[in-house]
Amino acid sequence: MKLALTASGETLEAPLDPRFGRAPRFLVFETDTGAFEIVDNQAGVDAAHGAGVQAAETLARLGVRGLVTGHCGPKALTVLVRAGIEVYNTDAKTVAEAIEAYRSGTLVAAEPA
Amino acid sequence: MILAVASGKGGTGKTTVAVSLAQVLGSRVQLLDCDVEEPNDRLFLDGRRRAAQVVSVPVPRVDVSACDGCGECGRFCRFHAIVAVQGPPLVFPELCHGCGGCILVCPRGALHESPRRIGVVEVVDAGKVTLVEGRLDVGAALVPPLVRAVKAHLAGDRPAILDAPPGRSCAVVETLRGADAVLLVTEPTPFGLSDLEQALAVARALGLPCGVVVNRVGIGDGRVQAFCRENAVPVLAEVPDDRRIAEAGSRGEPLLDALPEYRGLFQSLLEKATRLAATGSGLS
Repeated sequence: MKLALTASGETLEAPLDPRFGRAPRFLVFETDTGAFEIVDNQAGVDAAHGAGVQAAETLARLGVRGLVTGHCGPKALTVLVRAGIEVYNTDAKTVAEAIEAYRSGTLVAAEPA
Repeated sequence: MILAVASGKGGTGKTTVAVSLAQVLGSRVQLLDCDVEEPNDRLFLDGRRRAAQVVSVPVPRVDVSACDGCGECGRFCRFHAIVAVQGPPLVFPELCHGCGGCILVCPRGALHESPRRIGVVEVVDAGKVTLVEGRLDVGAALVPPLVRAVKAHLAGDRPAILDAPPGRSCAVVETLRGADAVLLVTEPTPFGLSDLEQALAVARALGLPCGVVVNRVGIGDGRVQAFCRENAVPVLAEVPDDRRIAEAGSRGEPLLDALPEYRGLFQSLLEKATRLAATGSGLS
């Protein structure tokens, strides 16, 4: 399945960006093969309002099933959950650490309030 | 004649200038407080509230039984206020600008307009000054429709002063649009100059005649005046850095009531601004 992570850089060693809607890019990781692609999120960085909702729409279009990030706001979370995407918050320092945390099964899916 | 009082930087003295201009105008005058996120002209005017009006924007409501989840509404909305990822769309009213586009593009007629309150407009009679104040609700974020609602009170048959919000946002553009001249209030500091440059660019992009009021002259340096010379924008008034002006402001007293000796300065400013509005140029 496709797992999205908010990334500051373009490699697995890149720092995990703690923001969801305004992260510069998403690293979309294929959990079955270990392959990944980079999806630019400049539109979110530049958005005046609604960056989180816009990013959630982007992930839904990509067919992502899970998201690991630092923090995701309530509107974006509502859209992600509606799209069937599970959201996990973590304070992991890098994308690779976040993937490890996800695989270890210790992360708890966020629920809309 | 419609004079807008604006500034790039906050706290430069827009309200002081706007209220003083309204006071030196000989005739009946409208003072429109378009700084709806923090209106304060009313602090300086004693008057009686004559009218109050609730302002709303139309946001979409989804008739789930008619919606087939096609997603046209979400693809149309530039503001991500209506989002169709699966099934009937999700609506985020606080992101909606009320354009009605989603309702027009819905092929099933499943969307309807529903009003969402964003603030109020109040009209206060204070002697010959009629104050129209817009006040945004706490938690509301959509400013331009409320500014339009304030400006809908422009009578047209008497002069009006528009007190603009600071900065160069959509709300500022909405306020300045249609003014006959813009007075940009600034202070002679590097910060004041930087924000003046940006505010001037906005006013000029709107094609409006501009003049500058330099407040707190005596602090900072002469770079604001030099900038105005180089860019052919007239300095219409210089208000000295006088502690008593700040003290009157902190007591909620209009400057010209507390310190009548400044009346001549604002009368001269009004004359120059009137000429600017009439000819499109403040250069005599």
